[in-house]
Parts: sequence; C-alpha cells; structure tokens
Amino acid sequence: MNQAAIANTDQYLTFTLGDELFAAEISKIREVLDYPTITKVPRMPSYLLGVTNLRDNVVPVIDMRQKFGLSSAERTVDTCVVIVETELEGEQITIGCLADSVKEVLDLPRDQIEPPPRMGLDLNTDFLKGMGKQGDKFLLILNMDKVLSSKELRLVKETAENPSGDESEAADGDNSEGSVNQGLPDEL
Amino acid sequence: MSREEKFRDAFREEAIELLVQLEEVVLSLEHEPKSQELIHRLFRIMHTIKGSGSMFGFSEIADFTHHLENALDLVRLGKHSITPEFINLLLCSRDLMQEMLDTNSQSLETSEQADRILTTLKGWQGQRLPEKVPASGSQTKSEPSDQVAYRLRIKLGPNVMAGGLDPLCLLQELHSMGECAISAQTDLVPPLSEIDPELCYFYWDAAINTTASLEDLRGIFLFVEDESRISITRLEHDPPEDALNHKKLGEILVERGDISEEQVRNVLARQKRVGELMVEAGFISQDKVDSALVEQKIVGDLRNSSLQSNTIRVSTEKLDRLMNLVGEMVITQAQLNQVSNQCQIQDIASPVENMERLTNELRDCTLNIRMLPVEVTFNKFRRLVRDLTASLGKNADLVTQGGETELDKTVIERIHDPLIHLIRNSIDHGIETPEERRKAGKPEKGTIRLTAGQSGGEVIISIEDDGAGLNRNEIRAKGIEQNLINESDTLSDAQIYNLIFKPGFSTVSTVTDVSGRGVGMDIVKREITRLRGSVSLESKRNQGTRISIHLPLTLAIIEGLLTVTETNHYVIPLTFIQECIELTSRDISRTHGRHVIQLRGETIPYIRLREFFALGHGQQKYDVEYVVIAVVEGKRLGLVVDHIIGDHQAVIKSLGKMYEHTEGISGATILGDGTIALILDVRQLMECARREEAEMFIRV
Repeated sequence: MNQAAIANTDQYLTFTLGDELFAAEISKIREVLDYPTITKVPRMPSYLLGVTNLRDNVVPVIDMRQKFGLSSAERTVDTCVVIVETELEGEQITIGCLADSVKEVLDLPRDQIEPPPRMGLDLNTDFLKGMGKQGDKFLLILNMDKVLSSKELRLVKETAENPSGDESEAADGDNSEGSVNQGLPDEL
Repeated sequence: MSREEKFRDAFREEAIELLVQLEEVVLSLEHEPKSQELIHRLFRIMHTIKGSGSMFGFSEIADFTHHLENALDLVRLGKHSITPEFINLLLCSRDLMQEMLDTNSQSLETSEQADRILTTLKGWQGQRLPEKVPASGSQTKSEPSDQVAYRLRIKLGPNVMAGGLDPLCLLQELHSMGECAISAQTDLVPPLSEIDPELCYFYWDAAINTTASLEDLRGIFLFVEDESRISITRLEHDPPEDALNHKKLGEILVERGDISEEQVRNVLARQKRVGELMVEAGFISQDKVDSALVEQKIVGDLRNSSLQSNTIRVSTEKLDRLMNLVGEMVITQAQLNQVSNQCQIQDIASPVENMERLTNELRDCTLNIRMLPVEVTFNKFRRLVRDLTASLGKNADLVTQGGETELDKTVIERIHDPLIHLIRNSIDHGIETPEERRKAGKPEKGTIRLTAGQSGGEVIISIEDDGAGLNRNEIRAKGIEQNLINESDTLSDAQIYNLIFKPGFSTVSTVTDVSGRGVGMDIVKREITRLRGSVSLESKRNQGTRISIHLPLTLAIIEGLLTVTETNHYVIPLTFIQECIELTSRDISRTHGRHVIQLRGETIPYIRLREFFALGHGQQKYDVEYVVIAVVEGKRLGLVVDHIIGDHQAVIKSLGKMYEHTEGISGATILGDGTIALILDVRQLMECARREEAEMFIRV
C-alpha cells in the first residue's frame, strides 16, 4: 500500500445488529466490553438502557437496535457493549452502545465508500455515513457523532417531558387512578 | 505558555483580586469618609497595581492609576474631603481598570473612557488646587527651600527578581524625584561559584534632595516592602556653609546601623580619624562591613522567618484532581470493607478499620479545602445595590449576615449570578421609591438583608427586602393572561407566588434594563436546581419578600441511606430523612389502598418506588416493606422501598448529558461491589408526584 492509499484509508470496527453488518470509525471507539451489569435509570425513553460502571466511571448505555428502529433481540453470549467516545455540545462524553456481536477491525479505502441510499433500507438512514462492501456483504457505516447527536437528545428531552408510548402506559396501568397520589400535600 | 505570559497571567489574577479589595475599600470609604486608614489602604492597593502593572507591560493601567493616585493624594493631604462624586469617580475608574485588564490591549474604547475620567479628575483637581495651593504653599516643585535631604538604604529581598521586578525601575523612579546620588553595594555578592543568577545580591545606598515627602519615597517601595528592607531617614537640613557641623563618617555609619558605636570607638582607637562627611557610602573596610552584616543577617533571618506566609495558591484543577482521587479512594475503601467483612480475618480487620478512619478524615479535609466563606460573593453585591438604587432613584442599604458561612467553591461561583438576579428583583420590584415608602409609613431607606447560615447538611441563603411584597392579584391576572393557570383554579398564595418562577413570567409592563424581561426567575430556579438546591419564596403585602435558597454543603460526597427496591439500589440523602417505618399489607388494607400512612396521628402520603419507577411488574413482592419518611421544607413524603441496607457514603457521579432530564434522580454512586446505585432527588420526586396527581385529576 502506498502512502496516498494509507492516508485515504480509515479503520472501522464492524458489528452486527440483527442480520445487518454495521461499521463505526475506530478512532471514536475506546473499547468493547462483555455485556455488563446495567442499572436502569427510571422514567427515561426505553432505548436509554441505563448506566454501567466502567472502572468507577458511570457510563450511559444505549440500545442501538431501538435507536435505529429495529426490533429488540434476546441477549446472547455475543451481546456486547461498544464504548464510544464522542463530543456532545462541546463536551467530551463516553457512551456504551449495545451491539449483538462484534466482528473485526477493517481497513476501508475512502473511495470504496458510497453515500447511503435514500430508500430501501429498513432503518433510519440519518445516522449513516455511507455504505461499504465486505466481500459480498453490505456494510452500513455509522456516523457515531450523529447517532449520539444533540438533535437526538432533544428528542430524548421531548420524550421525557411528554412520556408517551409503553413507558407511561405501564406506569399508569400500575397506578389505579385517583388512589395513587391522593392525600399528597396541596402545597409544595 | 511563555514565561512572560505566565507572569502577565499572575499579574492579572493578582490585579483582579486587588480591584475587588479596592471596591470594598471605596464603598467603606463612602460610609466613613474621614477614615485615614481606609485612604491609606486605597493608596497601597493602587500603588501595587501601578507598580506591577508597569512591570508586566500593562502600561495603560499603570498610567491611569498614577493619575488616580495624584488625585487621591489631595484627599490624603486633607486638601479635599471625600464627596459622593469622588466615590463615583473612583468606582468608575475601578470598572475601567477591570476592563483594561480584560481586554489586555490598548483598545480605543478604554482609552477614551480613561481620558474622560482623567479629564474629570483634572477638572476636579484644577478646581480645588488654585484656592488651596496658596494657602499651603508647598505644592510648587521648583521651590528650593522646600527641599529635604533623605538617606536611603535599599535592600531588596534576594527573590525580588524572581517576581519579575527590575530593581533598576525603582532606582529610576527614585532618581526622578529629585537630585539624587545612588551607589550600589556589592559586598554581599558571593564568589562566582556560589552565585545564583536569579537572586539579587546588591543593595543600594542613596541620598536624595527632594521636595517629595517621606511618604512619597516610601511609596516607591510600597510593593516590595514586605520582603525588602528599606530604611529612609530624613537628614537634618544643614546649611552648606556650616561646614563645621558636618557629621563624621563613623556617626553616619552608626546611624545607618552598619556598626555599633562601640565598634566605631574600637575602630577609632586603632585607626586615624575618619575623613570628612561623604554623601555616598561604601567607604568602610571589608571586615567591618562583614561584622555588621552578620549582625544584620541574624536580624534579617529572624524577620524573614516571622514573615513566612501561611497560605499558598493552588490551581483549582489540582484541587479537583485531589477530590476525584479521594472520591475513588472512598469507593475502594468501601470495597475493602466488604472484602474484609467476608474474609473474617482478625489480622486484616483492624488495619482496614484504621484505614477507613483515615480515609474519612482525608475526605473531610479535602472537602474542607474547597470550602470558602460566602462573604467573597456577598461583598460584590454592595456595589450592585449602590449603583442600582442610584439609577432607579431608590434608597436602600444592603445588610449582610453570616458571611463566614462556608460553601463549596463551585457552588459559590455558580450561585453568584442567581443572587444578582434576586437582588436586582428586590430593588426593582420590591423596594419602593422614597415617596411611596414615606406614604406607607416606612423609613425612606429600604433594607435588603442578605443572610447565610447552615442548617443540617444544607446552607440557606436568603434575600429579604422590606419593600412592597408580591401583588397576589396582579400575579394571578398575569398568570391567567399568559395561560399558566386557569381562571377557575383556586390557588393558594404559595402556588401563585410560585408562578414567578415560570419561564417568561413578568408582571412588569415596561421592561427596564434592570429587570422585567421575565427571564430572571426561571434561570435562577434552574441554576439552583442544577446545584441540587431549591428556592422558596415568602411574601407579605407591604411588608416585604423573602426568597430562600437551600443549597447542599458540597457537590462531591453526601451521606445517604442505601435502600433496595427490586434489584436496584437507591441512595436517599440523609439530610432529608426523618425516620424509617415498616409498612405491612395490613397497613395498606386499613387505608383502603390509598397511598397514605398514619404516623403518630398524622397522615403522610407516600409513593412506592416500585410503581413510580415501573420496576419489576409493579406488584408488591414482600409482606413487609419499608417507608422512608423524607421531609422537604416541612412537607413529608414517604418513599416505599423493599429493604433498607444502611448508611452509605455516596461519592456523587454525574449521569452525564444523556440523562440531563431525569426525574427524581440527581446522580449515581458506585457501591463497594461495583454496582451502581442511583441517588434520589427527594425534592424533585415530591414535585413530580404532585404534578402527576394534578394531571390525573384533570383526566378524571
């Protein structure tokens, strides 16, 4: 490989979500963990799985399947958490991303990456940086910054403020209405 | 960062502190205009700014300060008393200097402002001078009969050059004050092999004929005074023709303290009489100098050791790092305790126990380092109140209390802006104009009381004014207008008052530059909530308003009660906990499934974390559960958990940006076995539960 080729090649970590093969720039990835104990943070959108203890640091974990609108899967021996380092609103953050399995580290020349197709994929293409090929398999290259972008966070905020969907229903279902909070002090 | 930049930064830091002091002094001076001590302090501060400013290339500031000093000199000499205009001028100047420091370069704007202030100053001086000067007659510099001779020995501390000071500057300044002869003394310079090039080994003897006063001469050395030894003596003014009265060299040396009279006598016994008076010194032989030096050195050492400062400056980053390390140590300690308990080995138990005690002490010490008295912040508000009341045509005093109360440095820094907002509001909306106050039968001068105090694990800062109080009806009307409440709602006073914390709420129809834009209060509330604190408000019509801010003592480590619900651990801050009681299924059936318990005749509502957080399937799992009774500002709420484990030192870890909008959770902590426990935000839980209850009523 000549120098120009090296300069134009990026390394990617590939992993699977369901049947799809995904790739993320290796420079953003700190490490890959076995499925850790995850402590759920209540009353948050379900794709925010909770937090885990990474060498005495509290690191949030997100479920990429839910994030990309794929159906959720059973946990297997291969399930793992990819620790990603990125910047969010100017702040350096570390986030764990749940993946079904991690495959390999791959060199991909830039000219072999194509822009993502507008349609035909069964998932939200906003997070994609492009498409690559490995043998005869397609590779969906993720833009990790976008995956964890502030626009997405705003979504989280909205969801948190107007809890809708299964979460709030579950909560409401449990509380036989009217009885739950009766007798709470009037003035707080 | 280059060496020079480092010095400049150091100067800037120092100067900012000095400007804060300056402001304080000026404001005190306003109340006691006669105080000589304050004027002297003012001088000292200005001189330090001027001196170090010119040294580090902040010539603009140095020049400006120089002119200010001149003006101030008139006051010091009693040629003019301190007027409100003069105080204003000083304060403006202070602000300008701050600006100069911030911009760091000669911007047009600041130099224009400087010109303006200086012109005012000059006008002021010019106005006073002509009528005063003839009376005292000592201002004209060319008057030779006013000249006085001084003798100086300038012995700078060996480290002055390390501080960036060029001794030459001092000497030049001295030189510019009059006819002057300076000679350098080299006898302290060690052999070449022992020389540390960064130390100052020289000292200087000088004789000067000047119109300047002793004070002025001292002034030159004002900011090296602490580490240096400067002796200035006034020489008797001998008419030159009276040659017979000239002093002997020996006498001069004795006077200067170089040698004792006895030594002189000894010397004189061995030697011929010393020659005629010489103005320049340095004419005695080496061994005599040496003996005198030994004596001086001993005295000097004594002096230096007593002057050793007992504070040091440490960067906040270093402190933060220390805090993090201690935090991790506390966590590891918890792990160690757990292991030791499991092993049941006597030999290990005792050192682990000792270790735990040390860790706790270390933690307390480290937390303590970060604590600062809130006074720092309080003092800045005196100026704010003064300026604001003046610009609004009101009259109010700021009274502070409990300034010695300590708070974490970060909290103090972040509480500053919210407090500004609150004080502004008090002045703008609270305190009435003097006429209104007179009509209401109150003293014309309003009072704003800023108090701080500690209560349990919290610090309470309150801002109280004796103004008009909140107008319930007006707020209600505005609330309806802005769709925050409904016409038909019956609300308590507290609920209505709380409307002012809503974003965009403002009752003032005209927006002033002080307040009225309706952005203040919600920002205040948000910032304080972010510090894990809370705001509450009391108000009485025509009697005033009091806003209390409750803040946690520290942001880093809290004492909490560790509880378990389902498989999750929750830490409830101990500050809020009143007691824990059992909750049996019998208790539940007795209240017909309502979420209340009877405790010593009182009915207390509770929420079940299992349901509230949608844990497990929301089903009760155990026959006996536990209720932790929490108290927030007098209101009680029970939190139902499965088990209570016990006391826990929680090192607070933030959940990060992704979890910024959690409800009822303020952070996380790591337990001994590595699992994460969430820290409950009791206050938020209470609000949250209440809000949901209200929503439910609407739906029904």
